[in-house]
Amino acid sequence: MADAATVHEGHEAVHRHEPPKSFIRKYIFSIDHKVIGIQYIMLALAAVMIGMALSVLMRMNLTWPGTEWPIIGVIKPETYLAFLTIHGTMMVFFVLTTAPQGGFGNYFLPIQIGADDMAFPVLNMLSFWVTLVGFVVLVAAFFVSGGAPIGGWTAYPTLSALGEAAGPGQGTGMNLWIISIAIFCVGSLLGALNFITTLLNLRTKGMSLMRMPLTCWAWFTTAVLALLAFPVLLAAGVLLYLDRNAGTSFFIPAGLSVTGKIQDHAGGSPILWQHLFWFFGHPEVYIAILPGMGLTSHILSTFARKPVFGYRAMVFAIFAIGLLGFFVWGHHMFISGMSPYSAMAFSILTLSIGVPSAVKTFNWLGTLWGGKIRFTTPMLFALGFVSLFVAGGITGLVLGQTSLDLPMHDTYFVLGHFHLVMGVAAIFGMFAGIYFWFPKMFGRFMSERIGRIHFWITFIGVYCIFIPMHIMGIVGMPRRYAQFAENNGVQIYGFLESLHPLVLFVTVAAIITALTQLLFFFNFFWSLFKGKKTTEKNPWEATTLEWTTETPPPHDNFAGIPPVVYRGAYEYSVPGAPNDFVMQTEPDPSEEPGVTKAGSGGNGHDGHKH
Amino acid sequence: MVTGTMVISTDRVVKTKIVPGGGERPAGPNGSSRGDGGKGRGGDDATERFSPSKYRIGMWVALAAVAMMFTALTSAYIVRANTSNDWHPLAAPSLLWVSTALIVLSSVTFEIARRALMNGRSAVYNRWLVATVLLGLAFLATQLLAWRQLVAQGIYLSSNPHSSFFYVLTGAHAVHLLGGILALDYLLLRSRRKRRERNAALKEQAAVHAISLYWHFMDGLWIYLFLLLFLWR
Repeated sequence: MADAATVHEGHEAVHRHEPPKSFIRKYIFSIDHKVIGIQYIMLALAAVMIGMALSVLMRMNLTWPGTEWPIIGVIKPETYLAFLTIHGTMMVFFVLTTAPQGGFGNYFLPIQIGADDMAFPVLNMLSFWVTLVGFVVLVAAFFVSGGAPIGGWTAYPTLSALGEAAGPGQGTGMNLWIISIAIFCVGSLLGALNFITTLLNLRTKGMSLMRMPLTCWAWFTTAVLALLAFPVLLAAGVLLYLDRNAGTSFFIPAGLSVTGKIQDHAGGSPILWQHLFWFFGHPEVYIAILPGMGLTSHILSTFARKPVFGYRAMVFAIFAIGLLGFFVWGHHMFISGMSPYSAMAFSILTLSIGVPSAVKTFNWLGTLWGGKIRFTTPMLFALGFVSLFVAGGITGLVLGQTSLDLPMHDTYFVLGHFHLVMGVAAIFGMFAGIYFWFPKMFGRFMSERIGRIHFWITFIGVYCIFIPMHIMGIVGMPRRYAQFAENNGVQIYGFLESLHPLVLFVTVAAIITALTQLLFFFNFFWSLFKGKKTTEKNPWEATTLEWTTETPPPHDNFAGIPPVVYRGAYEYSVPGAPNDFVMQTEPDPSEEPGVTKAGSGGNGHDGHKH
Repeated sequence: MVTGTMVISTDRVVKTKIVPGGGERPAGPNGSSRGDGGKGRGGDDATERFSPSKYRIGMWVALAAVAMMFTALTSAYIVRANTSNDWHPLAAPSLLWVSTALIVLSSVTFEIARRALMNGRSAVYNRWLVATVLLGLAFLATQLLAWRQLVAQGIYLSSNPHSSFFYVLTGAHAVHLLGGILALDYLLLRSRRKRRERNAALKEQAAVHAISLYWHFMDGLWIYLFLLLFLWR
């Protein structure tokens, strides 16, 4: 059986009997899933700072166009578009995809299923470093001639396929964008492969599928989505790259004239890119939000001191959302000239996602109902998630209908919708996760006082930013315009003139909300060193496996003693139990010790069955 | 680090000999008895973590991703073929028949090698593995020659949409197959240098099994691409 020589799979290539001693092996090129998780979170923090700064600059330019700002000077329209592109790319790929999955998933999925690491630790390390290279390449796009690309994060051809002729940034910058995204795809695929294998193969004794925390279900589904969606983006990226650099015509139609020059391409279809891109792009939305849903379920249950309402329904809803996510990409393309019949099919499928989403929402409310709620900071953010998810999701029903989408397309209404539902809601999920797991990860609490201030200003702030955008959209304000007023303040579009106060209001709200995030960064880094210490294993009185191990968890998570699981993940306020929570590792008194009960009613003792 | 508790602990705790739950619960079967491939679920006794099924599961998952990529390219192929009237299908370069024969043969040799290993005849395994690598390299060389053949006819990547797809699809397949050849080389190195590690034989079998899945998949993928490129239209 076990002895000191038993090591992780990944160690074997290098030093088998030695735990990593050097700083490099321990903190930089570590194969420990926990270190990799923290690396992902740090990457996301860097990316979110860039993305947020760009969004504030964009708001400032929209409100006070032509102003000479310190350091950056006047923001030209093409600079605005470059900011817009990098903001979107940074946020979608390097924040919303990395932190919830690569960050928290990496850190807690193995612990929550009772494994001592991921299935392929070296692959795990690679996936982070590959992703980091993608990040560096994307940032580099700012510093090449022509600057960053200006085509938006969706990089629609033909403008993305023509090179310099389509504008500054569409030359080298666009090439770097494609390379960055391709690298990111590879990194995400390595990660997804690891997640799926780990979850299928490394669950500890007694951890049947239906006993897993909902976070694990969410990460698993997310990994499946990533696994099936990213290869499509990679393929599309290769074709786009060839169109740009090898003279092929996958996406460029015949006879295209740009700035008076006929392009030397023929026969391609720009719509083809849209299909490929959104086949990836819509599942990507769920890649961003599903981990947040899992986390929210987890945290609501913990702090309402009640089991998750309808656990099984929650699991199926996660899967239903993931599955339907693959069949609705056309709703991003209602104005692309598709047949009304396919538009109707896409529309019906899109609206039907409302069903599992509503199942989740009502189950969250059911979880809260009658609970002894503890309003900690993570709980506040989880509640905020529910609120934002509903507020942003409702408008999805509006945009999912072709007749309404046609006038709303590419307006601020869409902007408000997806920022609420996939942007800010997912960010709230991450905040909830950080406040919740920080004590386990670093052995110290984040400041509750600062956390509450951070929550309330952010919560009110994001509504002040994004609700008015819906109104702007209904009035008809188009997205991706660099300026709505001349540099001297004269409005360019008469019908948008009445919106000017609203534009100013949103900008002020955005600046205040962005500054509030500095509080969070302060709280995070200050608490690393000065936060209230926790030596307890289970400060939140939660039930899942990460709370049974040391704080912070040792290198192999459970110090060589694999936990045995006897019950589901959310046994709170069980009648007759001494505490209001029963850990998953608590033996079930009704079970005869040592008796194999394999196969009886999903109680998960598959491990005995040999 | 300023304080000790902030440390992201990576110290490996030295594992001690543990018999789980002194008497209250029987120890789960240890790693080696999971050599039956397990059920793919509920990894039991974690003190010995080797589970051969993880390589197989991981490989199937990876193949799903590869399949999705080629599915995307296939749908692009079909859409592009029907988009405009500039689609001029190439005649299949005759060398492709040779390469097809080579890759099918390589699947056969790999299978012989795999079975030899399962029966513990490692010399035979080694020989057939070398044959597989050579056949794989020969396949790539033949593909390259087929490209040269087309170039000699003046058919380039950008000549027409069908030639674009021909180069993209064969190129993408070749890159994947190159990965397979590297994996085979790893197996060769591994079998030369006998490892003194726990479960070495089991691990070798698991690796061979997973890589054989990949190799056969590449074989099937090539046949599919061949049919798509030259029979579909």
